[in-house]
Amino acid sequence: MTDQLTAPAAAPAALPAPPAPDRASARAFTDAHLVPAAEEMDRRGAVPEDLLTLIGEAGLWAPFLPPALGGSGTSMVTLGEIHEEIGRGCSSTRSLLTVHTMVCWALHRWGTPEQLRRWAPGLAAGRLLGAFCLSEPGAGSDTAALATTAAPADGGGWLLNGTKTWITGGQRADLYLVFAQGPSGTIALLVPRRARGVRVTPIEGMLGTRAAMLAEITFSDVRLDSRALLGPSGFASGMVLTGTLDLGRYSVAAGSVGIIQACLDACAAHTARRTVGGSPLRDLPLIQAKLTDMVTDVRAARLLLAEAGRLKDAGDAATIMATWIAKYFASTAAARHASEAVQIHGALGCAPGSPVARCYRDAKVMEIIEGSNEIQRMTIAAEAHRRWTP
Amino acid sequence: MSDTTSARILDFITARFPQAEITETEDIFSLGYINSLFAMELVMFVENTFGIRIPNDQLRLDDFRTVKAMTELVNRLRPAAAVPTA
Ligand SMILES: Cc1cc2nc3c(=O)[nH]c(=O)nc-3n(C[C@H](O)[C@H](O)[C@H](O)COP(=O)(O)OP(=O)(O)OC[C@H]3O[C@@H](n4cnc5c(N)ncnc54)[C@H](O)[C@@H]3O)c2cc1C
Repeated sequence: MTDQLTAPAAAPAALPAPPAPDRASARAFTDAHLVPAAEEMDRRGAVPEDLLTLIGEAGLWAPFLPPALGGSGTSMVTLGEIHEEIGRGCSSTRSLLTVHTMVCWALHRWGTPEQLRRWAPGLAAGRLLGAFCLSEPGAGSDTAALATTAAPADGGGWLLNGTKTWITGGQRADLYLVFAQGPSGTIALLVPRRARGVRVTPIEGMLGTRAAMLAEITFSDVRLDSRALLGPSGFASGMVLTGTLDLGRYSVAAGSVGIIQACLDACAAHTARRTVGGSPLRDLPLIQAKLTDMVTDVRAARLLLAEAGRLKDAGDAATIMATWIAKYFASTAAARHASEAVQIHGALGCAPGSPVARCYRDAKVMEIIEGSNEIQRMTIAAEAHRRWTP
Repeated sequence: MSDTTSARILDFITARFPQAEITETEDIFSLGYINSLFAMELVMFVENTFGIRIPNDQLRLDDFRTVKAMTELVNRLRPAAAVPTA
């Protein structure tokens, strides 16, 4: 079997085994390090270096990679649980994990033994951070409109030109996974940040995921050798993007479940404390209705996520549609419940530093990234027609 | 073995496109069904069902054009000792 991931050549020498994280350890990490720091990070617009280091020490950057590549071999179901827990505490941190996961997954799936040897151990440990570069000033949902070009260079390799924008983690990342128009379709390139011709311009003050260190990245005559190409070119090159976005969607679905849970936790506590007309908010039927919907939707979203994860673990192609549906349901539910969570908190929900206000801003972003709601509806409806139109 | 392989690939495609009438030698690209999402699903299905990993340089259009071509690809990549699955 041609499994490049288990081939001896790909195995780096004696790596220290990171702890194998799971939901329980991610929950403990979130409560200890993210919940207390999330407001400050949101205000400052950055996740600090010491926290990035702690994430690595907890083995959270890419635990799904096999141990031979420096990961813990966790299942996709467990990865979803971990990203949910992180997302419950801080959507910005979860966003950094999302794009890093996308880069690691693409490398794992499509990388040559040499690419794996070069990049995987650093990415697995978080010594190197990855970012996903698809969107451009003129191309968001419409990926066919990409204007960034990768032209075959004289003497071999590639010449990369173009501008990517809204790049999560772009300010901090060491390795960019860049999608560009190649000679016969979209191709994926691994571009080190330190390559000559790469310019990084921070984007500050986004509505949500404010600490996710977004950037605009310009590539001006960046020369890359032939080993920069990740995955196939030609007919199958679009699969690198499809597969990478699938992982991104899975992580965003997980983060959205985390947002709903955070809203539910905050609302359950607040409605027990706050009294109106002498009785706690929790005794009011209209408030109870809101909590009921949060409880129901968080469970439904979690089940959809787990189903998508189970199908990934089984290698079942049905995971792609299951992930679209999980992301659509979880992100719309997160936006709805974050809005209700602000409502339940009244003015306190609008106050500076309010956790539910941050959830509200972050949840809106979940409806836009990794396939906006409109694109999700179009894709899911197309599936319905394909399957059920007589 | 070949019959079983091609039947399973055919079943997968027709399950996704029930309205399509596809034969083993029909060019599925010319029917307009293939987008990158379905291409990814098809590759995942083939790899998972037949226990193979298709190397990047063998992900060629011609190997996915027809059910017959995919069957030949599977047979080329399947470990020699593999027992055909039912
Ligand atoms: C916080 C944040 C982080 C991000 N991080 C990254 C990142 O790390 N990497 C990256 O590459 N990109 C990133 N993005 C960009 C994101 O992927 C795009 O914003 C998204 O793909 C939508 O593209 P757009 O913003 O250009 O909107 P547009 O494509 O211009 O769409 C505008 C509106 O039109 C709707 N629309 C588009 N097409 C159709 C249609 N055919 N039918 C009906 N409605 C349609 C859209 O749903 C949307 O509501 C990030 C964005 C945000 C906000």
